[in-house]
Amino acid sequence: MATTTRTIEVELSTSGLDQAGRPQRVPLVTNDGGTAVALEAPPMLEPDLEGEHMLINIGPQHPATHGVLRLVLELDGETVVRCIPHIGYLHCGFEKIGEYRQYNQIIPWTDREDYLNSPGNNVAFALGAERLFGVEITERCKVLRVIVMELSRIISHLVWMGTTCIDIGAFTPFLWAFNHREEIYVLLEQWVGARLTTTITRVGGMAADIPDGWTERLQSFIDRFPKTLNDIDEMLTRNGIWVGRTVGLGVMSPEEAINYGLSGPMLRASGVAYDVRKDFPYLYYETYDFEVPVGVNGDVYDRFLVRFEELRQSTRILQQALDRLPDGPVNIDDPRIILPPKSKATSDMESMIHHFKVVMEGPRPPVGESYVAVESPKGEKGYYMVSDGTSKPVRWRIRPPSFVNLSAIPKMVEGHLLSDVIAINASIDIVMGEIDR
Amino acid sequence: MKDVTETFEIVAAGAAVASGPAPTTPKNVPHRGGPENPSAEALRAQFGDAIQKVDVCWGETTVYVAGKRLGEIVRWLHDDPSQQYDYLADVTAVEYRETEQPLEVVWHLRSLPYRRFLRLKVEIPKGAALEADSVWEIYKGADWLERECYDMFGIQFRGHPDLRRILMWEQYKEGYPLRKDFPLRGRFSRSEQLRQALAQNPEAKYSMEELSIADAFAELPKDMRQRLSAGERTGE
Repeated sequence: MATTTRTIEVELSTSGLDQAGRPQRVPLVTNDGGTAVALEAPPMLEPDLEGEHMLINIGPQHPATHGVLRLVLELDGETVVRCIPHIGYLHCGFEKIGEYRQYNQIIPWTDREDYLNSPGNNVAFALGAERLFGVEITERCKVLRVIVMELSRIISHLVWMGTTCIDIGAFTPFLWAFNHREEIYVLLEQWVGARLTTTITRVGGMAADIPDGWTERLQSFIDRFPKTLNDIDEMLTRNGIWVGRTVGLGVMSPEEAINYGLSGPMLRASGVAYDVRKDFPYLYYETYDFEVPVGVNGDVYDRFLVRFEELRQSTRILQQALDRLPDGPVNIDDPRIILPPKSKATSDMESMIHHFKVVMEGPRPPVGESYVAVESPKGEKGYYMVSDGTSKPVRWRIRPPSFVNLSAIPKMVEGHLLSDVIAINASIDIVMGEIDR
Repeated sequence: MKDVTETFEIVAAGAAVASGPAPTTPKNVPHRGGPENPSAEALRAQFGDAIQKVDVCWGETTVYVAGKRLGEIVRWLHDDPSQQYDYLADVTAVEYRETEQPLEVVWHLRSLPYRRFLRLKVEIPKGAALEADSVWEIYKGADWLERECYDMFGIQFRGHPDLRRILMWEQYKEGYPLRKDFPLRGRFSRSEQLRQALAQNPEAKYSMEELSIADAFAELPKDMRQRLSAGERTGE
């Protein structure tokens, strides 16, 4: 520091702006007299970077890539000129394995692709399989599935918000978000005994009905959750650092967003109010009163706002679903698909034979195919199934929203700074388990 | 519970992308038959013989089209104001267990303004070249979807700018995993698969495109430079 050429005296209560209104970026230190001085580093000659580009490799093992994503970047100084993503590190061949499994046996695999949205994937798969089987689920099951889907949306958005805060430099909202996420995992654990890998649905119903007192605990969550949302709102929405690190980054125009196949909050942040729940409804979502938030500029900040508002809307849907939850059976009354109760299967001969037949032979859908898409927290998640009349699908295809959303990352990061690549990548809300499958 | 709509001054409630009555959840959908997507009739009128068959299964309309004219048909569906299929949901393929049945390439299209869903299929008979038109020119989102389809089935998409493996690594030698002649456990023994996978070390390699960035080539280790200048292709 002794070699600095000059010092600038500034007040401690500085606005952080210099006389021209530009941000004062030089570090402040206290000198002997008790006043703060800003030390200006000696002027450095900018090297002539014309034509000299740098190759930077990020990942696959990097905390800010949200999984095993590898980005190869071409940099001009600090500006990204080109981005070449590499994926596939988590490829497990779920779709291949599914061709060797009965429909109910595939449901555990759906837990493991988008593992932040396991219950939502279970519901989506069950809906697809039920269309293929041509069965109509019970009223209680429909409402329970809506509750499950919205809970899993809240989980996924909270994890997104927490990890994105960490990426950008805020730590407190991460703790608040994970606290409430934990509450939902406790609710799920009380229901089906598992937290992350729930396997909560079966073809034609649910793994179990909700336990006694569960609705009161959910109500307590719904009552307390908006307060935390308001706290996070106060903390982030008008926070200068947060705004400065997110506004104007990774902008996608509405036309581009549609053309690139973006879906979910990524598409809605660009101003396109496409929500599968509204446009191609399932589970009678059209009877619930909720809004589809859309952004204006399609940048990282708008994606944050849209996801944030979706948390509030999900809470609204949860309240409505809880209020209308009807009594009645959870599973359909179809012995070709639904197993007998476990207690009867071990004590009653006919039930045991029935259990054996359904487990060993498996339910058989008629020849046909179905594509059922749901609005997952990441976007349009579709399951495409083709049956040839046997108990195992000929083809089981996952339409992965994260995969398609991530494919637009070169378009979004080019021209931005290297440090903004992290914020833009975080805003896509990728889960590598779903991208690589 | 607090009023949850209080932040709506920043994020607006979006106007629906489509006009017309709000859609409802499909109920009691018949297995075969049922109302056909109106676009199927428009396609027949527009393209005649190129539309081979229209099938409605569980309420979803599938149009089988001639492979040679697929690009043209998708372009029309995308551009025509009465269709406006502006959203490509998925590109995939289906191979059946019956060995004589043709392999199918499947496109799932959505028209957001009209709230329509259409499935296009091109049949590729067994033994024919696995080729299909790329729709990348029409939908930029097709880039990775077609690469995945190529990676898993070996279908060559004519006109795709950068058709290479995406989930498997570039030197993957076992073939195309989702084909029915590919065994579930792979073609090689477990130990051989493990040996090949560990030998890849993809992060140590860059594609020629990546190496073209400035002086990256000059900074490579000497032996790697020699191998590359001898014509060896590296990395993905």
